[in-house]
Amino acid sequence: MMRAPGSALRASACVASAGMLLVSCTGNQAGLNPHGPIARSIATHSWALLAACVVVYLVVMIALFVAIGRRRRDSDDRPETTVRLTRNVSIAVALTVIILLGIAASSVIAGRGIYSPSGAGAITVDVVGHQWWWDFQYHDITPSDVFTSPNELHIPVGVPVVLKAMSTDVIHSFWVPNLMGKRDLIPGMITNTWIQADEPGVYRGQCAEFCGHQHAHMALNVVAEPMDKFQVWIRHQREPAPQPATDQERRGRDVFMQSPCVTCHAIRGTDAGSHVGPELTHVASRLTLAAGTLPNARGHLAGWIANSQSIKPGNRMPPNALAPADFQALLAYIRSLR
Amino acid sequence: MSDAMVVERRATITTADEERLRRQLSDTWYVPRGIIGWFSVADHKTIGRRYIITAFGFFIFAGVLAAMMRLQLAVPNNHFIGPDLYNQIFTVHGTMMMFLFAVPVMEAMGIYLVPLMVGTRNIAFPRLNAYSYYVYLFGGVMLVITMLMNTAPDVGWFSYVPLAGPDYTPGKRADFWAQLITFTEVAALAVSVELVTTILKTRAPGMSLNRMPLFVWAMLVTAFMVIFAMPAIVASSSFLLLDRLVGTHFYNPAEGGDSLLWQHLFWFFGHPEVYIIFVPALGMVSSIVSALTSRPIFGYSAMVLSLVATGFIGFGLWVHHMFATGLPALGLEYFTAASIVIAIPTGIQIFCWIASLWRGRPRFQTPLLFVLGFFAIFVLGGLSGVTLASVPFDLQAHDTYYVVAHFHYVLLGGAVFPLIGGIYFWFPKFTGRMMEDALGKWNFWLLFVGFNVTFFPMHILGLEGMPRRVYTYPDNMGWNTLNLVASAGALLLVFGGALFVYNVVRSYRWGVIASENPWGAETLEWSVSSPPPVYNFLHVPVVEGRCALWDRSADPPIVAGIRSDCREVLVTDVMDAEPVHKAAYPEPSLWPFACAVVTSAFFVGSIFTPWALPVSIIPLAMTLIGWFWPRKKESQRHDERVHAMQEARA
Repeated sequence: MMRAPGSALRASACVASAGMLLVSCTGNQAGLNPHGPIARSIATHSWALLAACVVVYLVVMIALFVAIGRRRRDSDDRPETTVRLTRNVSIAVALTVIILLGIAASSVIAGRGIYSPSGAGAITVDVVGHQWWWDFQYHDITPSDVFTSPNELHIPVGVPVVLKAMSTDVIHSFWVPNLMGKRDLIPGMITNTWIQADEPGVYRGQCAEFCGHQHAHMALNVVAEPMDKFQVWIRHQREPAPQPATDQERRGRDVFMQSPCVTCHAIRGTDAGSHVGPELTHVASRLTLAAGTLPNARGHLAGWIANSQSIKPGNRMPPNALAPADFQALLAYIRSLR
Repeated sequence: MSDAMVVERRATITTADEERLRRQLSDTWYVPRGIIGWFSVADHKTIGRRYIITAFGFFIFAGVLAAMMRLQLAVPNNHFIGPDLYNQIFTVHGTMMMFLFAVPVMEAMGIYLVPLMVGTRNIAFPRLNAYSYYVYLFGGVMLVITMLMNTAPDVGWFSYVPLAGPDYTPGKRADFWAQLITFTEVAALAVSVELVTTILKTRAPGMSLNRMPLFVWAMLVTAFMVIFAMPAIVASSSFLLLDRLVGTHFYNPAEGGDSLLWQHLFWFFGHPEVYIIFVPALGMVSSIVSALTSRPIFGYSAMVLSLVATGFIGFGLWVHHMFATGLPALGLEYFTAASIVIAIPTGIQIFCWIASLWRGRPRFQTPLLFVLGFFAIFVLGGLSGVTLASVPFDLQAHDTYYVVAHFHYVLLGGAVFPLIGGIYFWFPKFTGRMMEDALGKWNFWLLFVGFNVTFFPMHILGLEGMPRRVYTYPDNMGWNTLNLVASAGALLLVFGGALFVYNVVRSYRWGVIASENPWGAETLEWSVSSPPPVYNFLHVPVVEGRCALWDRSADPPIVAGIRSDCREVLVTDVMDAEPVHKAAYPEPSLWPFACAVVTSAFFVGSIFTPWALPVSIIPLAMTLIGWFWPRKKESQRHDERVHAMQEARA
């Protein structure tokens, strides 16, 4: 009878500590796998916190086993026992206070580096949340050099990038765990935060504030590149869309301009200028489609255009019924927008 | 103190006197029968029992929804449930668990137990109590109907604007949510006022504040928290309804409104809400630990001060739900500090219970097993709560499965485990029969193992970046195994829940007949038969020490001079429970039910048209007039009393 509760508690303690250690350090969307200064500062602090919690948990559980499993004595009801217990409880409370003060201090120190960038920001990017995709707007003094990069944030490695967070509809939360913690995008508010990657790579992020139907499919990629490659990318993105090279692509462009596509999407260098949906000027150069939902491949693109509702139900893009030849031409044109 | 309330020795009363008194009290405090009687009952035990059963009904409904979510999330890219239904399910699961199960069931335990524990004949404002039950019931039924009709709220139990506003959730789904909140506010505020009054004004003589049972202290703190927290949600949900119904712009930034205003108001209520659920459970833990170790709880004063401190500090933490909104850093650090500070009173209580177990003579029956399970789960949940108080950590863990794991450890481990232990513990008092202990142990192990298998992996999922409130997730994220494990654990939880229901039904029919005090516990509810008579106490008791029954002398004093031919109760003063005067409680009445029907029609109607307000005012006033209209018997008695007082003065 005595053994039963004891073993339960012991088992749960083992599970708890083992579980904490099992946390993967390789995830491409895991804060404990940091690739930038903010995430690193948080991860170090987090390990310390989790370790402190495991130790405190084990100590409390051991105290509980001893309390329920020990042999009862006649002296238990004497006043001296109460005095001793009072002293022990007081010590435990004092230790609790000290540990909590340590946690508070560690938290404040780890927080210092989060709020303001470690150096001057290399560039500033607007992060705009939409139901259910991201728009990254790269500003420039020359108006023709302003461009947007939907669902894909490119940053140079090793320098802070300032982000201006905002939303056009509901509240979203921008979160790239390997690089930084969350920042909510709140309509009617613009807040500044920053991001930095120490190594080149592609880091996945995902909306962290419930934003409606397709909150689950609102992901993004941060592509961190060395400065020279980043400059090449930015120069390319500033270019208008490439002209269609083949007859099929030209026909595809005409299909685009005469179909409902043009009412929502912009392609710079053409007459399509609507910014309801993501800009498509260089859509073929991106890694994914539909905010990280699909790999950017021809088959997926075809499925998406034909009936995106079967892939991401509730999203704002209507199904498109096109004649097969028109459909193939449209695909060829969009695939040419590199 | 008038001489009608002298305290006398029980030995001077003969058995024949007692029998006569018993008959008369049964007649006076009768519970009406028949269908009309059923709707007129104002006895706290009957209403309390209905409240508990109803709350568990909602618990099962919301639990089934949770099982469906785990089914959907068992494998990646699952098509079992689509986003529209999934969003309704998680919204109704959260809303129902918080507003229709956790808070009401805790208040229900208070409704049943507090009048017995403080030694009075009924809860204060018994008709209001009946009214609150029907309002709660109708609100809950409304939410169930919306779920069954596939028009349930789908914006989360927190209903953040602008998503819940008129532009992004057209239709009536979010209005059903906002009005459900109104239903539960009204019910919870009514019960809290009753509990505060019962506890502060009708304690048995001798039960000064420093002798009050810890469960009663916990309910007092909870009731005050409800009274101070609910106005914030009253305001915020009314603003939301106005934005949606008549086009105000409280939350519309384009017209000068503010979407963060909602979050401040909601969490100013929402964080205390967690303590409103959890503090009564602490009271249950104390009751069970002292009874099943046969010793008083160690450190009574520290325990009481911790409960009260929790009640105050609980109001200073709400911004830790908003660390990612971009508020100023210095302000955030204040809320980190406040959130960490609340671990101190909780820690003190844990240490005092461990000291109690150390000093006592523990008997490992089912209620104590649930309490030990509470320690194993809740301590972990409390520690993960401390980690979430840290801004940097929270910025990564916020809105991930780590938080889901944390609050299930705190709410299921911290509140539901003690509650189920409490049901095993008080079941003999509720029904007169013991619950089957061997089944109870199976029940405990199934729930304990099932709980940990379901929710422990979620900590890791959260740290690996899985966000909350997603209806599905991609295949290649490394989340597959742990999600499958969690879903398997949910199956164990379903079996555990089913076994609990089976044990309740079986024990209710065939359980061993319970004595007055089967656990040898210390508080006054164990001094009366199981189940208690309608009038609770034959003689209003006089309390002689902190442990009412253990400190009772051989021939305990009682209160005499309380009328038994009408519903008269003794009123005592707040601090020392000295008798001050007597109050008349109302007879059973159908009017509170009628008033609840009209109130509910008004609440539901105002989802669809603002005209519901002017139209329902007249019937509402009529039912209230009926409610307060004195009956002939009552007015006669009032005249008699005034007459007697005038004579006495003359």
